[in-house]
Amino acid sequence: MSDKPLAPAIEGWHTMSAKPNLIGTQCTACGTYFFPKQSQYCRNPSCDSTDFTEVELSRTGQVWSYTNACYQPPEPFVAPEPFEPYTIAGVQLEKEQMVVLGQVVTGVSVEDLKVGMTMELVLERLHETEDDIKVTWKWQPVAS
Amino acid sequence: MSNEIAILGAGMHPWGKWGHNFVQYGVAAAREALADAGVPWRDVSFVSGGATVRCGYPGYVAGATFAQALGWQGAEVNTSYAACASGSQALAAARNKILAGECEVALVVGADTTPKGFLAPAKGYRPDDPDWVRFYLGITNPTYFALYARRRMDLYGDTLDDFAAVKVKNSRIGSKNPRARYRKCFTAEDVAASAMVADPLRLMDICATSDGGAALIVSSLEYARKLGKGDAPRVAAISTVTPTFASSVVEMPDIATDSAAADGVEAHAFRSTLPLKAYEEAGIGPEDVDLAEVYDLSTALELDWIEDLRLAPRGEAAALLRNGDTSLGGKIPVNVSGGLACFGEAVPAQALAQVCELTWQLRGQAGDRQVEGAKVGITANQGLFGHGSSVIVRK
Repeated sequence: MSDKPLAPAIEGWHTMSAKPNLIGTQCTACGTYFFPKQSQYCRNPSCDSTDFTEVELSRTGQVWSYTNACYQPPEPFVAPEPFEPYTIAGVQLEKEQMVVLGQVVTGVSVEDLKVGMTMELVLERLHETEDDIKVTWKWQPVAS
Repeated sequence: MSNEIAILGAGMHPWGKWGHNFVQYGVAAAREALADAGVPWRDVSFVSGGATVRCGYPGYVAGATFAQALGWQGAEVNTSYAACASGSQALAAARNKILAGECEVALVVGADTTPKGFLAPAKGYRPDDPDWVRFYLGITNPTYFALYARRRMDLYGDTLDDFAAVKVKNSRIGSKNPRARYRKCFTAEDVAASAMVADPLRLMDICATSDGGAALIVSSLEYARKLGKGDAPRVAAISTVTPTFASSVVEMPDIATDSAAADGVEAHAFRSTLPLKAYEEAGIGPEDVDLAEVYDLSTALELDWIEDLRLAPRGEAAALLRNGDTSLGGKIPVNVSGGLACFGEAVPAQALAQVCELTWQLRGQAGDRQVEGAKVGITANQGLFGHGSSVIVRK
């Protein structure tokens, strides 16, 4: 295992704690959540607010749907050699009323998933650079 | 007052992987449409082009590019870019011009030459670009179609056999279409033997990218009557409405949906709202439709569209398919052109190709693919960033 430090693959999109949260924004006028963050204009057609607060989104939700990637995506994806297929899920966050996509943790296949299953957010390696290990959010089934 | 315009001519360059400049496909389609209409090129006073962004500079200015290629004759031009809905927006621009009384007869044309492999975003570290974000995280175009397909399986009980049956149906009818790229009759075994791309979708469940061109000659009803073509098929509706906040289905290239958490906000599925405006504009309902050309980017997506067009209740499209109702000779034939399964995507031409097929069907000129007594047809397709379209053509 590499002893390089961990760094977020995309800066500022999630916390780096053991129980991480995605970082979004919320419109202070209408309460709409945004992920990725939106801090300039509210996209609710009934709201013209330009005032937002940064919020941590729910770190659990229900599977909306799921699939996998059997073929290596093009850049900017950084693929391991040899390429290893991975699982992907869209997870519905109840409080925020939105679906967020992400990879599913290594070792979980589509056979292990079902629409409606409870998932939680974790951090896992996306790829490695010369200086650090880039981590990103992934979904993990909650042990029942 | 009628908001209809007449379709006098339709033309297509066969779909394939020809590797030529896209302009020549557009010119070939336009010339076929002009000949079909019996309209001299010099009489066309508006050229509306569906643009493509992958063909360099001339692709961005499609209207002028095609007008120049056909020979400058002073027509006004328009260029529309709306991803897969480009052709419908170009058609809408021509309709507006005609209904405003500024033009009697117009050419609408789209053509594309597609590159090989994945369409990758620009490099660097660009987290503000949703396309960059999703590719960096490993989410490609098939991911989205596979998510929709899997949801059908878990919610409605659709099976891999159902998805394969869509491919088998479309390849059987598409084999009779001389303009289609893929003319082989594939079997369910062929589909099952193809490589898994994004579970549950295999290579043969997902459409390819192709070169191709399509064109229409459209006119005022008065012009059509003067030409002795008062009974030509008519464009009865064009819907290009955007989604209604909060859009509930995660759409390419986004990593998340809208949030429907605010008071008074409901989640809406975009695809199912698109045809509503088309039905309203045409003053008809789904029960009046004789055939549909829908955007089968994946086999499973054809089933979604059948429900979005309200040709079947939600979750029941697969039952319609199993019953043969969506095949030629069935209650509501879908994609009798062969669909994208047999054509592949040629983005700025695709929405126009659908209207070409409806035109030939409504004239009774579709040969072995003819839907008996077809009077009303509807199209559906969807592009990026809230672009989509649904067109109704009737006799």
